[in-house]
Amino acid sequence: MDLSAINPILFVASFFVAATPLIFAATGELVVEKSGVLNLGVEGMMIMGAICGFATAVESGSPLLGFAAAAAGGAALSLLFAFLTQVMLANQVASGLALTLFGLGFSALLGQSYVGVKPPRMADLDFGPLSDIPVLGPVFFSHDLIVYLGLGLVVVVWAVLKFTRAGLTLRAVGENHDAAHALGFKVKRMRTLAIMFGGACAGLGGAYISLIRVPQWTEGMTAGVGWIALALVVFASWRPFRVLLGAYLFGGLVQLQLNLQGAGVAIPVEYLAMSPYVFTIVVLVFLSRSRSSAPGSLGRIFHASS
Amino acid sequence: MITVVKRPEPSRAFSLAAPLLAVLATMVFGGLLFALLGKDPLAAIVTIFWEPLFGEFAFFYRPQLLIKGAPLVLIAIGLSLGFKAGIWNIGAEGQYIMGALFGAGAGLAFYPAESIFILPLMVLAGAFGGWIWAMIPAVLKVKFGTNEILVSLMLVYVAEQFLASMSLGLLKNPEGFGFPGSRNLQQYPSAHNAELIAGTGMHWGVVAAMIAVIFAYVLLARHRLGFAIRVTGQAPRAAAFAGVRPARLVLFCLGMSGLLAGLAGMFEVSGPAGQVTIDFNVGYGFTAIIVAFLGRLHPVGILLAGLLMALTYIGGDIAQSKLGLPAAAIQVFQGMLLFFLLAFDLFTNYRLRLGRTEVA
Repeated sequence: MDLSAINPILFVASFFVAATPLIFAATGELVVEKSGVLNLGVEGMMIMGAICGFATAVESGSPLLGFAAAAAGGAALSLLFAFLTQVMLANQVASGLALTLFGLGFSALLGQSYVGVKPPRMADLDFGPLSDIPVLGPVFFSHDLIVYLGLGLVVVVWAVLKFTRAGLTLRAVGENHDAAHALGFKVKRMRTLAIMFGGACAGLGGAYISLIRVPQWTEGMTAGVGWIALALVVFASWRPFRVLLGAYLFGGLVQLQLNLQGAGVAIPVEYLAMSPYVFTIVVLVFLSRSRSSAPGSLGRIFHASS
Repeated sequence: MITVVKRPEPSRAFSLAAPLLAVLATMVFGGLLFALLGKDPLAAIVTIFWEPLFGEFAFFYRPQLLIKGAPLVLIAIGLSLGFKAGIWNIGAEGQYIMGALFGAGAGLAFYPAESIFILPLMVLAGAFGGWIWAMIPAVLKVKFGTNEILVSLMLVYVAEQFLASMSLGLLKNPEGFGFPGSRNLQQYPSAHNAELIAGTGMHWGVVAAMIAVIFAYVLLARHRLGFAIRVTGQAPRAAAFAGVRPARLVLFCLGMSGLLAGLAGMFEVSGPAGQVTIDFNVGYGFTAIIVAFLGRLHPVGILLAGLLMALTYIGGDIAQSKLGLPAAAIQVFQGMLLFFLLAFDLFTNYRLRLGRTEVA
């Protein structure tokens, strides 16, 4: 074992990279759940975003265009979920699972010709002298645009939910859809928009994995990140800044585990690789007691006549 | 203007028609998908649904129907009990893996001793492996109120890593020239879950699946526990008044589905698959979710749905080799089936009314 092979500064800097997919997916899902909808299809939307973004970036040569396509792909898939749950009044758990199963299959189909292809590289943002500050420079000012976009997203979602009329309406719809309906709010429209926002965010998160984090395309490459994002929303008790905190915690753990694998610790690779999932379970156990903070109408079907 | 009106009673006719409509719609849209992939849609559909049953090599494919259908039915029966009561075990894939590991491990521990007790012991071990893996989310839900969906799903990834570790380590074949994977149980007579009647595909897993169907049918129709499951799903508050204890129901439903998934894994590893390998699991645990819904969470329905799903697996394989249809296409096809089913289910509980909306 050689722990000195781990560079502490690069290690901490890599937290941001590992956390970004989770930040996008979990923040998107947070908005969806705040509107009272439980979308278990995050994994499916992420992987769709991963392939749409990858394919577009490879074909066009522009990673940014790739990310735009990823958001569109994730949102398009989420529209299927919105149709099932809001129009056809289907069970949200089953529909979310269907979305994940379908997304995994469909992405594999789309991605056949992209296995082994290298995507165009996304340049890191140029902060000029800021990136030359020792320690702080590499940790905070050496990342690509998307990392900062993720941070911005959390702030915007927090502000919109807390301070705007739209945010208030969204929360009202999620807390009690019958009351919101009686007040004249368009429950279904609000929820459909929230679901699409969640889809777009999940798509961006997925594309971050395929375009920057890995970067290549393999089938099922999101490997449960979408599910961890779902757990993260519970962990965060539906608060945006706690999502951020949780994502860094998970990101840190994933990086630690990868670094330990690289350093050749005496623990077998498989047991290190299962640690993020075990950790998720442990965290869920400790935080399940505070379920009262869940939106009141979460997972319930809304039908105006009933 | 079309409005959706809730039916006073769910429609039985539509409850039965929805799966059939879903299959038809999937054939149409699946055909469109195949056409987009540049394949002849009609030929693809015929290859998937007709060839395995009545084609030239049907004698080879028909036994496969039982081999692929048995684990799907076995797992789906278990899942359906929980789904009916609103208890969501979606980690059957993990329980399937653990069942296979426990079962194979129990058998290999005795290698090369021969005894008629080894296979029954492996069955017990497999059932235990699946059960204990499902008891993790069950106990956590009962004790701490942890979400069973997320925990059971997380445990799939843990089980997959565990499987990799086992096939590279403890269970690795010492005479395998360093290749990953265990000894082949098909070459170990006492541990081999062989065909009961040669050439039919009928092995002990198929028998277990049939028993599970009958067991679930009797449980749901005649037993108090079945009543508790049904009433909890339909009206949780009424269930509380009827004296149903939710904690016990969670333990039973998750435990039972884990046990059956474990059995499925054990029968697969000791029979058709033969050995523990890194990629031994092929997603039966997830496909079984589709089977459970397609079968309307009803034991007989699940039996039929399991056979249909097995058909798409086999047909998909044939279409892959004959028409060059990508393997992922069949996965999309199966996902589509669940989408259409969920969509058509609207008409079971609601009906459409044409005309202007009434003011309530």
